[in-house]
Amino acid sequence: MSLSDRPTSESSAIKSGSSRFWNDPDKRALMFQILLVLGLAAFLLSIINNTLSNLEQRGITTGFAFLDVEAGFGILQSLIPYTETDTYGRTFFVGLLNTVLVSVLGIIAATVLGFFLGVGRLSKNWLISKVCTVYIEIFRNIPLLLQIFFWYFTVLRTLPSPRQSLEFLGSFLNVRGLYLPQPVGGEGFNVVWVMFFAGLGATWLLKRWANKRQEVTGQDFPMLYAGLGLIFGLPLIAFFLMGMPMTVDHPVLTGFNFVGGITIIPEFMALWLALTIYTAAFIAEIVRGGILSVPHGQLEAATALGLPRSKTLRFIILPQALRVIIPPLTSQYLNLTKNSSLATAIGYPDLVSVFAGTTLNQTGQAIEVIFMTMAVYLTLSILTSIFMNWYNSRKALIER
Amino acid sequence: MMKKTLMTAAVLAASFSGQAMAEGTLNIVKERGVVQCGVTTGLAGFSNPDEKGQWAGLDVDVCRAVAAATLGDATKVKFIPLTAKERFTALQSGEIDILSRNTTWTQTRDTQLGLNFAGVNYYDGQGFMVSKKLGVKSAKELDGAAFCIQAGTTTELNLADYFRMNGMSYSPVVFDTSDQTVKGFEAGRCDAITSDQSQLYALRIKLVDPEAAMVLPEVISKEPLGPVVRQGDDEWFNVVKWTHNAMLNAEEMGVTSANTDEMLKSANPNVRRLLGLEGPKGTGLNLNDDWAYQIIKQVGNYGEVFDRNVGKDSPLQVSRGINALWSDGGLQYAPPMR
Repeated sequence: MSLSDRPTSESSAIKSGSSRFWNDPDKRALMFQILLVLGLAAFLLSIINNTLSNLEQRGITTGFAFLDVEAGFGILQSLIPYTETDTYGRTFFVGLLNTVLVSVLGIIAATVLGFFLGVGRLSKNWLISKVCTVYIEIFRNIPLLLQIFFWYFTVLRTLPSPRQSLEFLGSFLNVRGLYLPQPVGGEGFNVVWVMFFAGLGATWLLKRWANKRQEVTGQDFPMLYAGLGLIFGLPLIAFFLMGMPMTVDHPVLTGFNFVGGITIIPEFMALWLALTIYTAAFIAEIVRGGILSVPHGQLEAATALGLPRSKTLRFIILPQALRVIIPPLTSQYLNLTKNSSLATAIGYPDLVSVFAGTTLNQTGQAIEVIFMTMAVYLTLSILTSIFMNWYNSRKALIER
Repeated sequence: MMKKTLMTAAVLAASFSGQAMAEGTLNIVKERGVVQCGVTTGLAGFSNPDEKGQWAGLDVDVCRAVAAATLGDATKVKFIPLTAKERFTALQSGEIDILSRNTTWTQTRDTQLGLNFAGVNYYDGQGFMVSKKLGVKSAKELDGAAFCIQAGTTTELNLADYFRMNGMSYSPVVFDTSDQTVKGFEAGRCDAITSDQSQLYALRIKLVDPEAAMVLPEVISKEPLGPVVRQGDDEWFNVVKWTHNAMLNAEEMGVTSANTDEMLKSANPNVRRLLGLEGPKGTGLNLNDDWAYQIIKQVGNYGEVFDRNVGKDSPLQVSRGINALWSDGGLQYAPPMR
């Protein structure tokens, strides 16, 4: 009886499909993945535990309580109000904003300069194309840190002292920085801002309408002039209508230096220049590659249709080139943001210099500070990446 | 880049290592046969490579003395140059055995970083150096001035305190190494350099034209500088502490590197205890009995080391001042060796 029982139970198991689960490739793959994740989690957990117990054993303070402690040191440049009596937590944001400032302005400038250089290198004009080639080959082949030092120490040294500043249009340039007059909005100046943003919105709507019309009728609309008129004309009209509610705060030489107006510190100028010039050389090559990737037939077709050269570039070449340009361009933007941490070498108060530098040293909490700093760069990079991927998906070839 | 690598290494070391602490630094040093010593990236008088590439200076001699005491050979030291920012992480992570790098003893550093200060080998105070062209005679006239500072120092904090207390404003330009700080000052980026006064004299002789700069009379802070070790290793802490004490006691008793062998015949019980002929000798420290003899013979007493590196026999020409022995009206005082 018992002998005849066993085969029946086995055969029923096979029939019902519940064969041993490691024989099912799908389930087996899933199991390996779960094991891998669990293993990784255990590994990370043991590192964290080990770190904490080691730190405690060595009597090193841990935790994020230090962020609420008074910092007690000064910072050269801050986009938000900051004094020595503020907390370490605030130094984090001061550093972060300085990093974002130099990165964003660097990305904008490098993109503009890079596009001109890339197009210029392809120019039929011998001089322009050679100048662009020489520029690109020089600046992308010299290490960035050296370029930063060059702009900071070599160029800075040639500037005069505050008392012999170079003056132009009410601005002053000396070894301490660039001092610009600052427009201060009076009563009713808000209207000008409102009109500015209204102009931006109107331009966006107009652009959508113009694109639709062009798709349907093929007629071109002078978007550039209309846009400029809306964005700058509207606020300008509002400005005059409100009776020019604006005063100018001029920088004045008092004691050691200029007081008042806007100060652009030389550390910022040097870093921004170096990042822009260096990254622009790479962007130029990406742009050139993108343009060259557009088949020559496209250009010939455009010429045959009688499109002028500027329109050929705008409507035929660039839209197709952008698909090739955008992905590597994203990498350059990420590089620029990360390279901005070289600021610490010349004392520009970016995140690494202020937070991972002074704050780390004054509090001694290396692990927490480095962790926060890495998280910031990761976040900034991912945000840039997400934005560029979104832009890329809009520009990508849509197959119909 | 080097800096980031070190920082990462330090963080990783804190995460993974667990063994090194348990064994005791003294045993590790004896096994390794070399003392790893964290020093500055170059500061005349304290730790600076000379023309032959040999490290020399007051802070360097602390490490040489420790090597003489533990290994019997003052040359068995590996010097690791560190910026102010890197120094504590390097010590915490076990990259170095002693930090002897112009480090100010403060409460936070002593209590929150897992470190111990093993004594004071130089009593200093923060001062200002300005260009003579500026025509400034006192720090009180520096309202609105720009200052070149080295990052991660107590200097940064004292400067902020001083200007806040006096209701004045300033702008700090923060550099990584003292070399860059001097470059920034020479380029005219700032009106003044602020640092410990001893450093200012050392930086001044590095200037292209030292005569064009002057150190202002004000001293705005207390800066007791000394060697630092990891907390929780009392054996090693004692070794470093008593190395310094032995050098002070030797000066007090008139034992120098030149007359050490002669002094072995001395009848003075204090000298005999210092040289390990009587008294506690080396047992409590787990060192050879002649540990102090080796220090004095190979490196010298505190007075010799001071004069040679920063004092009257050096280009810095710093006077002993508060760094004189207590018996000469200074602050340097060591507990008796008995």
